Amino acid sequence: MRLQINDKEHVVDGVDESTPLLWVLRDHLGLVGTKYGCGIGQCGACTVHLNGAPTRSCSLPVSAAVGQRITTIEGLASKDGKLHPLQAAWIEHDVPQCGYCQAGQLMSAAALLKQKPDPTDADIDAAMNGNICRCGTYPRIRKAIHAAAKQAHE
Amino acid sequence: MSAAEQTILSADDYVQEMLRAAEAQSTVSALNRRSFLKLVGMAGGGLALAFYVGDRATALAATNSSEQDFAPNAFLRISPDGSILIYAKGPEIGQGVKTSFPMIIAEELDADWSKVRVEQAAVNPTVYGRQSAGGSRSIPTNWDQLRRAGATARAMLVAAATKEWKVAASECTTESSNVVHAASNRRLSYSELATKAAALPVPDEQSLKLKDRKDYKLLGKRITGVDNINVVTGKPLFGIDQVIPGMQYAVFEKCPATGGKVGEANLDEIRKLPGVTNVLVIEGTGKPTEVMPGVAILATSTYAAIAARRKLKVNWDESSASKDSWSKAVADAQKVAKQNGPDSLRNTGDVDAAISKGKAVEGFYTYPFVSHAPLEPQNCTASFKDGAVEIWAPSQTPDSALGLVAGVLGIPREKVTIHQTRVGGGFGRRLMNDYACEAALISKQAGVPVKLQWTREDDMQHDFYRVGGFHSFKGGIDGSGKLVAWSDHFITFSQDGQKPTSGGDLSPDEFPALLLPNVRLTQTKLPLAIPTGPWRAPRSNSVAFAVQSFLHECSVAAKRDHLEFLLEIMGEPRWLDQGKEFSLNTGRAAAVIKLAAEKAGWGKALPKGRGLGLAFHFSHAGHFAEVAEVSVDANRKLTLHKVTVAGDIGPVVNMSGAENQVEGSVVDGFSTALGLALSYENGRMQETNFDRYPLLRIPHAPVVEVHFIQSDYPPTGVGEPALPPVAPAICNAIFAATGHRVRTLPLSVDGFKV
Repeated sequence: MRLQINDKEHVVDGVDESTPLLWVLRDHLGLVGTKYGCGIGQCGACTVHLNGAPTRSCSLPVSAAVGQRITTIEGLASKDGKLHPLQAAWIEHDVPQCGYCQAGQLMSAAALLKQKPDPTDADIDAAMNGNICRCGTYPRIRKAIHAAAKQAHE
Repeated sequence: MSAAEQTILSADDYVQEMLRAAEAQSTVSALNRRSFLKLVGMAGGGLALAFYVGDRATALAATNSSEQDFAPNAFLRISPDGSILIYAKGPEIGQGVKTSFPMIIAEELDADWSKVRVEQAAVNPTVYGRQSAGGSRSIPTNWDQLRRAGATARAMLVAAATKEWKVAASECTTESSNVVHAASNRRLSYSELATKAAALPVPDEQSLKLKDRKDYKLLGKRITGVDNINVVTGKPLFGIDQVIPGMQYAVFEKCPATGGKVGEANLDEIRKLPGVTNVLVIEGTGKPTEVMPGVAILATSTYAAIAARRKLKVNWDESSASKDSWSKAVADAQKVAKQNGPDSLRNTGDVDAAISKGKAVEGFYTYPFVSHAPLEPQNCTASFKDGAVEIWAPSQTPDSALGLVAGVLGIPREKVTIHQTRVGGGFGRRLMNDYACEAALISKQAGVPVKLQWTREDDMQHDFYRVGGFHSFKGGIDGSGKLVAWSDHFITFSQDGQKPTSGGDLSPDEFPALLLPNVRLTQTKLPLAIPTGPWRAPRSNSVAFAVQSFLHECSVAAKRDHLEFLLEIMGEPRWLDQGKEFSLNTGRAAAVIKLAAEKAGWGKALPKGRGLGLAFHFSHAGHFAEVAEVSVDANRKLTLHKVTVAGDIGPVVNMSGAENQVEGSVVDGFSTALGLALSYENGRMQETNFDRYPLLRIPHAPVVEVHFIQSDYPPTGVGEPALPPVAPAICNAIFAATGHRVRTLPLSVDGFKV
């Protein structure tokens, strides 16, 4: 199977087609930034972009990702290493506590900003509802998304 | 009684044993406050300080130790290239110590924070003392150690500069990694001084002058987490991210009812499945804190192991397994609620007389079992080889895991090496090291390195749960509207019939017992086999809901303003446990209560269906008062608009980290109060994933406003004490908004939804 991940082609052999993309990323390709949290698409820790759309990789068979454009947290910053405005805002606003959910949160937020560069609180609620933060950093996630949006405008 | 039955009945003994072991580590540190610093030779020059605590420190001091006694690990290293490396000694579980510990050292060192690098220290309690995260004790138990580590290094750098300049140390100051002699306008950087400082003797600790709080440049500021850059770019920080050469991926199926043993299983069928490399029946040690019986499946990938496990069929021998039933426990508790319990915890004054003379208030409160549910499911990577084991574990207590794992494997403690990974959420779950014991034993039995991965379902079915419980209260109000009598029949659980299960005990001194003339606390213990353990702010997280809600019932019955009522109970400012700075201080309590009320606009006019609720709780040496503002519509749709928090934890180390902990505590407290409950029947948890365990999501998170009273008392922890007042503040606000008294958690039981 050939997978297009973060603008790079990866060949994966000997993997059952029904294997969720999550485990192919983590175990076969060493891209461990995408996290396992629940395995049933409830927590959002495994969120990646499939052709730019936020997708729960724990519930997507790898066969369905073949031929699609996949972006993971490792590919969110630009090629020259410049952080995505959301990553910078996450640091600036000291969002993470344990940090385990944050890759998924960032991927959902990045997809939101692509669609709505200046999201309202209601937009944030709708786009981020699928991502659980067990530590409860929601107030900071909201602030950081607004801050990143504002910065992109300036 | 069979050995297996004994194991079940006394499962809690092992939990308590684990907690005592963790406690012992901190006691050693506390007793040896007079810490001892030693120089460590560094290749390439530079200053490095190794830090000795505990009995070893005493031994070293007494024996005038030689070179070979020096520890290989250091607290901080200053290199001639100008970099300052600080080792963070404690587990980072999201509470922020990987940033706050180095900040304390850097403050006393007067280091340029922008040049400080932080690395996780090796797990070596002989060198570092306590290396665990629990009880909000990281800051109070390490505060002196870390300040002295920084101050010692600073003193040596100053001494090196004075030798150079031939001036007195008193004429020198330090700032931003430089020693300055203002009189002659000279300065030397720490990098220039590092090698010279390393050649000097370590100063006597008594000669060190620690900074006054007013001189702090770094402490109290908002500093972003040192690992944030790695978190937001997806670097392999966590236990689940570890990969070691030749490792196989393991899953482990245990009986869903605690204590079940492997009977028949289709092991041969599983061995033939794609990717499966080995299938093992693990007998285990029979202790939930170590290894319970089960079937381990090893495979070439996590998913191959998970997929094979779906075909695994085990007939469990449940002859000695838990048969616990939550619905039966509720019925049993309700039956005895009206009477006093058989155990007397406190009996002062004459409660019945006081109640009969005044106005009587009654209330029966219920709260459920809950799971820790850290977002990173339990996991551990282990490699057993030649009688030694190396482990990569997301643990809150790596120090006590050393001996525990050694015992399980039957090897000496020195043969266990643990690498501390970042921890994807603790909340008390990872005070236990069962996953580490399992991984180590599976690696030993399989003869290969393994990464053990629990599924979410494993995590929720094999937790050390926050125990549910019941409080049957009576209160007495005198003619002047004053609370004069307090009776609580506490109905809890016990594993051995003797003592309450871990997290399910009630202190005889529990607030407001020490502040009222007539108090009766009694207790009933229902039987339980399911393991329980500390869950963020253990005891307090449930007791505060019941006590602070019932206090509000009393003030309502007395037709008093709740703020004034609470302040009256506090009375004159004093320590409740005289001379103990970590006990409740009624002055500090009153101050946070007043501040929270003032900032929340207590007493302001609100539209119909909107209300404010106030609650206070003291735990983990922290005084916290909170005001919740809610709206409730006719269909019991609940909106938590805002929670205003006032806390006193002494001086704040990292303001950003402390505020983050409080914000998270409020969200966690609301999440749990709103909709989280585990029911169990026939020993099995009915809720095993987030579809039936609805953690709060972003649309429903309230605005959290945090205010700290930065007193000059010793700094204490903030991971837990802001959580307990959240639920009662919300419930009291619901009463203010609707007149409905919530006596059962979660709120969803009474039909509240968001």
